Amino acid sequence: MRNNVLRILYPCIGAAIILLAWHYYIILFKVSVVVLPSPWAVAVAIFSYAHILLTESWITFLECIYGFMLAMCIGIPIAVIMTYSRVLNSMFYPLLVASQSIPKVALAPILLVWFGTGIESKLAMVFVIAFFPIVVDTATGLRTTSPELLELARSLQSSRLQTFFKIQLPSALPFMFSGAKIAVTLAVIGAVIGEFIGSNAGLGNLLLTANSQMNTALAWAALVILSVLGMILYAAVVLAERILMPWGHGSEEKH
Amino acid sequence: MDVNRASAPRGGLENSQPPLGRVVNAAKVFETGTAQSVLAVKDVSFEFRKGELVSLLGPSGCGKTTVLKMMGGLVPATSGLLELGGIKITKPYPGVGVVFQSPTLMPWRSVIGNVLFPMEVLGKNDAKAKARAHEILELVGLGGFENAYPRQLSGGMQQRVALCRAIIHEPSILLMDEPFGALDELTRLEMNDLLLDIRRVTGATVIFVTHSISEAIYLSDRVLVFSKRPAVIALRLEIDIAYPRTSKVRFLDKFTEFERKAGVALGVVK
Ligand SMILES: Nc1ncnc2c1ncn2[C@@H]1O[C@H](COP(=O)(O)OP(=O)(O)OP(=O)(O)O)[C@@H](O)[C@H]1O
Ligand SMILES: [Mg+2]
Repeated sequence: MRNNVLRILYPCIGAAIILLAWHYYIILFKVSVVVLPSPWAVAVAIFSYAHILLTESWITFLECIYGFMLAMCIGIPIAVIMTYSRVLNSMFYPLLVASQSIPKVALAPILLVWFGTGIESKLAMVFVIAFFPIVVDTATGLRTTSPELLELARSLQSSRLQTFFKIQLPSALPFMFSGAKIAVTLAVIGAVIGEFIGSNAGLGNLLLTANSQMNTALAWAALVILSVLGMILYAAVVLAERILMPWGHGSEEKH
Repeated sequence: MDVNRASAPRGGLENSQPPLGRVVNAAKVFETGTAQSVLAVKDVSFEFRKGELVSLLGPSGCGKTTVLKMMGGLVPATSGLLELGGIKITKPYPGVGVVFQSPTLMPWRSVIGNVLFPMEVLGKNDAKAKARAHEILELVGLGGFENAYPRQLSGGMQQRVALCRAIIHEPSILLMDEPFGALDELTRLEMNDLLLDIRRVTGATVIFVTHSISEAIYLSDRVLVFSKRPAVIALRLEIDIAYPRTSKVRFLDKFTEFERKAGVALGVVK
């Protein structure tokens, strides 16, 4: 009981210290609001621009969700195919890994040319950045299925489909969720990069616009909302994990 | 199967009965990619009759698991012949129950879900199967734990679930690979009696791998003592102690004599 209170209390105190330090730094050194708004100014901006922040974050939110879903829907089958086909695996897995040395940000202008300034280019950006952890973790999960369980299935003459759905997929689930947690965090980054490069909507775009108008408080407000968005998406994945894996939470099972 | 049905005690089967299965000059070489190949099993031959409990006893790494897996059709033999009911074993076949050294339960399934897994795969997961699952869980002392998840159980309880999973589909042959190896001595003794009970009521043929001399003797109709790798059979012991056996038999002179012989064959008794 006391421990639980402290667990919440300590981070709050930490946050308060940082906010106070921020606040007094601005007063003490007379920092211009254009350079760094005070925490209070950011809070005010959040409330006075609530409507626009909400509209824009909804757009970014959808970009993240759709892009993330796209990465899941394409990444998981690819991982499955690569675990089942040794040939395809040896043909494409090294390429997939090598492709990760491409700085994804550098792809953004190209994706813009291909997909235009609409939501498509953002989805492509989110997909490109979130795809890899999903494929790798799913493939790892499928490959590390307990050999004894597979032998049990064989001894029962289980069909490949049965083995896949009853043993391999559930075995891989904890890995898939740890991949999804990374992917969803990356998805927000992908969406913002997409909006930075070419867009007229979304939190990333709002941040850029506010910045160019020297409305630093609004830019910071957008930043705060972005991180809240990231937290909400992450929490959603954790929630899905708890619902789909009632037997224990991923990280515990894995390590 | 009716778990409570009493059946004739095993042991002392008439020798006139034809063997159910045969292993003839079985050998296994593992090709390990780049490194040189491993001769795991050199030459193993034995027969077993229906309802017998045969133990494969031997030092760690001598090839017992390999023989067991060959018998289950899970690993192909490099040479030699394995037969069951007159049919050559080349792949997994119906009517087998396997128990591994570790419980290997599915963490995502409840106890009852784990036990019913074979029935699901075999497409026989009906109300009768569920009733039977409850019945055998009761038998192994896990009544009331049906909906627990494996991680909430102790190692011994998990192994008992694995045992139930192995017998739920009423296999005629049980392949058990050091099923009690990871358990403490007390639980192991309990599990030994449980296994004998299960065999008595199901009449299943059991091939039992172990590296415990006393466990092998206590349980078996016959003990095959394996040499160090590559495996050959160093000694065959017909354990002519009547079933049902209770812990008392462990103190018989006969029992001690079997232990000594097996110990000598294993090179642990001078
Ligand atoms: N899949 C495999 N590939 C290569 N070598 C193997 C393989 N399986 C077993 N071996 C080798 O075969 C030998 C016998 O292995 P096996 O698992 O049958 O021994 P065991 O008697 O069951 O030992 P333990 O009591 O420790 O379980 C070992 O030396 C092992 O290294
Ligand atoms: Mg073994």
